[in-house]
Amino acid sequence: MWSVFFRVICVLIVGDVTTLILYKVLLASGILILSLVVAMYSTLMERKMAAFFQDRLGPNRAGPWGILQPLADGIKLFFKEEFMPNTADKFLYILGPALTMFIALLTSAVIPWGPALVVNGTEYPLQIADVNIGILYIFAILSIGVYGIMIGGWASNNKYALLGAIRASSQMISYELGMGLSIVAVVMMTGSLSLGEIVDQQAGFNWNIWYQPLGFLIFLICAFAETNRAPFDLPECETELVGGYHTEYSSMKLGFYLFAEYINMFISGAVLATLYLGGYHFPFEDRLGLSVNGHAIIGFLVFFLKITFFGFLFIWVRWTLPRFRYDQLMKLGWKTLIPLAIFNVMITGLVILLRG
Amino acid sequence: MTAFLEDNHYTTLNLGPTHPATHGIFQNVLTMDGEEIIAAEQTIGYIHRAFEKIAEHRPYYQITPLTDRLNYCSAPINNLGYHMAVEKLIGIRSNKRVDYMRIILMELARITDHLICNSVIGVDSGALTGFVYVFQERERVYEIYEEVSGARLTTNMGRIGGFERDFSPSAIRKIREFLDHLPKVLKEFEKLLMRNRIFMDRTIGVGGISAERALNYGFTGPNLRAAGVDYDVRVMNPYSSYDDFDFQIPVGTQGDTYDRFCVRQEEVWQSLKLIRNALDNLPEGDYHMEVPEFYLPPKEEVYDKMEALIWHFKIVMGEVNVPVGEIYHSVEAGNGELGFYLVSDGARAPYRLHFRRPCFVYYQAFPEMIKGGVLSDAILTMSSMNVIAGELDA
Repeated sequence: MWSVFFRVICVLIVGDVTTLILYKVLLASGILILSLVVAMYSTLMERKMAAFFQDRLGPNRAGPWGILQPLADGIKLFFKEEFMPNTADKFLYILGPALTMFIALLTSAVIPWGPALVVNGTEYPLQIADVNIGILYIFAILSIGVYGIMIGGWASNNKYALLGAIRASSQMISYELGMGLSIVAVVMMTGSLSLGEIVDQQAGFNWNIWYQPLGFLIFLICAFAETNRAPFDLPECETELVGGYHTEYSSMKLGFYLFAEYINMFISGAVLATLYLGGYHFPFEDRLGLSVNGHAIIGFLVFFLKITFFGFLFIWVRWTLPRFRYDQLMKLGWKTLIPLAIFNVMITGLVILLRG
Repeated sequence: MTAFLEDNHYTTLNLGPTHPATHGIFQNVLTMDGEEIIAAEQTIGYIHRAFEKIAEHRPYYQITPLTDRLNYCSAPINNLGYHMAVEKLIGIRSNKRVDYMRIILMELARITDHLICNSVIGVDSGALTGFVYVFQERERVYEIYEEVSGARLTTNMGRIGGFERDFSPSAIRKIREFLDHLPKVLKEFEKLLMRNRIFMDRTIGVGGISAERALNYGFTGPNLRAAGVDYDVRVMNPYSSYDDFDFQIPVGTQGDTYDRFCVRQEEVWQSLKLIRNALDNLPEGDYHMEVPEFYLPPKEEVYDKMEALIWHFKIVMGEVNVPVGEIYHSVEAGNGELGFYLVSDGARAPYRLHFRRPCFVYYQAFPEMIKGGVLSDAILTMSSMNVIAGELDA
């Protein structure tokens, strides 16, 4: 602890490279807090939106417009009895939700949240790590995501939870393929795996969605499936599997699962916006005569607006459509989305070839 | 049961008694191969309240509240059906106004029953929103019940020999408002589900039963009509002046979940037409029949006149003379043919009262209907058959 503190002091005094490290630590914690707060308030948004679609009022008791409801929910979850089935595998039972939460929070590391800020001539990029394989990183993290649910569902030693876990794993593995193939087309087009570069190529209104409408659609559908949201919420559909993979969970362990879903929703929106809707770019940004930092801040807000749009879309769909059946879901993934994604890749390749 | 014991590699899944999809309480023991259902075994009796036995110890007018609790989604049909059965036993001919009032209330009840069933199919397939839309309309019907009988869910509506009071002007206004308002909401609800690709994929060809098997089991009501048999008690054996009206009986072809949904939906439209007709042609007259031995006299007379006081006392104590006899009367309830088999030995309580409960019949066919399907199909089949635990167990 003290050594870390000492080092931080050194960093502040000594210089540049180390300032960068400190800055990154600050940025990382900032984004962590942002993800958590956004996830918290997505629950409120979800409930308010659901109420709006259903001619109800929604939560309005805790604070004005129910603004404290997520806090109240959180406190309630913390004080609930921590129940663990006797027959559960103790270690895995705890590992499940922890892993889910941990992985949900990891993805945000490579997402460019805005153009770089410039203070005293030093650039401060609003991206934790501009790794040159950003897309692969996201993909890798998403693939691990299924383990949290699988482990949790299996460790509960409950048939409903097991069924939910089986559904979740097969669903997520199948839809990763379609998702990956639709990204391949983007990568072919942009020629880069770095998210920062992909965003910069979409400056202004030159968004990828205009070139990749089919790919966008496939990615969007797969994002629904990856986040286990309706109409793909089979792993936790309460009318069939009671609670799905989290049937046996209570207290904050359950909270972690529910929370991770909203974080995933947020991150999916961010990835979608980054890959297809130009990230933090917005039309006519170069003609507004903004200062560098002003541009960064407005860019960040625009990016956030795009994420919110996707959040709204997720919620809208959930409260409108019925859900698929297990076999229909598999059929859609394997027989429709993957062929379409391959077709999309081929068309993209053809166009690139013809244009030289 | 044998399948459970022999093949140990199958999973046994207890669907119920307390499961979100078993609306009410009943248990299904499913033998599953992964998600596929190999065999099913159903258990009933979790909310058996021995209504038939209780009825043997109660005077006739005290049995009405028991019928409320059969199919609690459409309690007035049960109440009024029971009253008609007793009137048949006693030999009272009902007058037209009572008949038409009964038709209005029974069709309102049918609408609520079908709305609940169809919207719950939506809920069980994951589309929650339509449920909330039609529930607002159900609320309007409950307000009408409130005007007519004072109660909402378990209505205890009417008396043997008519109604306890006439339709008030505000009741008629509320019925008219409901008639004007429901079509809009119903169309919206149909737009949400009826041609929804996911919903159609989920329901078409799911939980089907052939007309022959359905008849063998003794299916009635929407579930039989969905299989293609045009049997409706209202037409085949008209009661309460249903033959005065012109209405259609929708029939399905496949007998699957989607057909059941569509048949119910169309029946709601027909019921709306019926209510409108009955309300427009509501005859003048008394809201009850002249049966002083069974119908409580007005309170003013009880205080002033001796005959009225005597009748009041006798009726309340259940000391009325019921003829010896044995009758069967059936009405088309929300779920199918609801029959009342009534045996009287002339005593103050029935010698035997048996309810022919359509749900009891449907649930027997449930294992056959879900065999070979997946778990999700079983849930939708169950909700589309509209098995109401209260009616199933009585």
